[in-house]
Amino acid sequence: MSPAGPVPEHGPRARSRISLIVNTQPRELLVDPWKTLLELLREDLGLTGTKHGCELGECGACAVLLDGDLALSCLVPAVECDGRHVTTVEGLRDGPELHPLQAAFADHGATQCGYCTPGMLVAARWVLDRNPSATREEIAEALSGQLCRCTGYLQIYEAVESAARVLRGEPPSPPRLPAADRSVPDDAR
Amino acid sequence: MMRLPRFRYLAPRTLPELTAVLADVGPDAALLAGGTDLLPSMKRRQETPAALVGLRTVPELRARSGDAIAGLTLGATTRLCELAGDGAVTGAWPALARAASLVGSPPLRNVGTLGGNLCLDTRCTYWNQTHAWRKSIGFCLKKDGDTCWVAPGSTRCWAVSSSDTAPVLCALGAEVTLASRTGERRIPVPDLFADDGIRHLTKARGEVLAAIHLPSPRPDERSVYLKLRRREAIDFPVLGVAARVRLGSGGVVEAARIFLGGVGSRPQEATAAAAFLLGRRLTDEETVTEAARLAAQVAKPLQNTDFALGWRKGAAREYVGRALRELARPR
Repeated sequence: MSPAGPVPEHGPRARSRISLIVNTQPRELLVDPWKTLLELLREDLGLTGTKHGCELGECGACAVLLDGDLALSCLVPAVECDGRHVTTVEGLRDGPELHPLQAAFADHGATQCGYCTPGMLVAARWVLDRNPSATREEIAEALSGQLCRCTGYLQIYEAVESAARVLRGEPPSPPRLPAADRSVPDDAR
Repeated sequence: MMRLPRFRYLAPRTLPELTAVLADVGPDAALLAGGTDLLPSMKRRQETPAALVGLRTVPELRARSGDAIAGLTLGATTRLCELAGDGAVTGAWPALARAASLVGSPPLRNVGTLGGNLCLDTRCTYWNQTHAWRKSIGFCLKKDGDTCWVAPGSTRCWAVSSSDTAPVLCALGAEVTLASRTGERRIPVPDLFADDGIRHLTKARGEVLAAIHLPSPRPDERSVYLKLRRREAIDFPVLGVAARVRLGSGGVVEAARIFLGGVGSRPQEATAAAAFLLGRRLTDEETVTEAARLAAQVAKPLQNTDFALGWRKGAAREYVGRALRELARPR
């Protein structure tokens, strides 16, 4: 059976209407076909947690989950996201409490300049979603597309392992250095 | 923000619709599968197609049929991440599973496709740069310029084939189906590649790579792929060694094919090395050394990618030797 009607076409003169789920929220937008998912998230939806780094697929700063798979939003045309589910770093957790990965990144010094952190968190979430008991080697492999120029990765791996313990209901592993106070002030609640 | 140039996006829903669209929109259209090769090229204005034809809405290109015994047909938009976890592929064609698992990085393999990796544009130090960078040297032979900066005076472009899966599929004796509005043709994978950095595929503009066919391996057959690059992730291969052998009684080589990637504008076949191996044993170190020396002769590295030239030549010999020793290992 052939589908009816002409081949669906987007642009160049008219924008296309797409609907997608971003961090569990249904969103409907008008997009130009040359707009990337990264541009849509940052510019149309104001979700600036997702960073733009190389924008060529080499650094991982723009990583999001697309239908549950780790993907680089700088290399996904927004028109190809119609009907799909996107999770950004903002969608890791609702409310003021940190996701165990975020807490572990803070406690273990896994963040220095912070630019790679959103992509790292999303990639870490992706590997732990699929394998809650991932080994150091599996974590390193899963994060191998995420560049960090500050930490040397060791603290990041330790933080992901510690978060994995928490997510499995075990106590977190102790950080190498005392953790900073990250209690939430009452006025932020 | 590095923006894409403007284009029209078409989303055909069937293979006949796709080939009809391709014939209609003409040479100014590009096929978009995972986009991990095309979209960076477009951001750098290496490519500025007027139309992109999306492949993700064409179900025929995701089809999978057959198995390890009958031979396996994979749709061209099979994602690279699917191959490493596919029991049939890891069991019967381990070199393909390994090559797919070594492409780029996890997020790139989650969207990048087997057909896309096969059709990967050739790469070069003077080509994979921003528009401003390329303009500052007066562009190059591959596009908009008249000089090959790798070999000034050369009348051809020396950009290098950088696909991990291409040398493996060549060595495995795989075939591809090319579909167009006028019909389909099926060709051996080596015939897909032209020895030219600019027009590196023999695929016509109106054709789409629809499927990859893996022939059933014989029980006594082994395959391997080794990849050389500076970092253990993200980087393209500076050298890829793909080898397949059939071992007879006593481990004597009855058939062999060796292809090298990253050392020419197409995967280079090491025919002399393969012929030398016939009737010999891979457990014999002198045989391996001589075969590696012969294979390295087809590697003609130029100053168009990472690492120093002389070292890369030596690395080819070393890596072929390692590949053959891995094939010899008892299992």
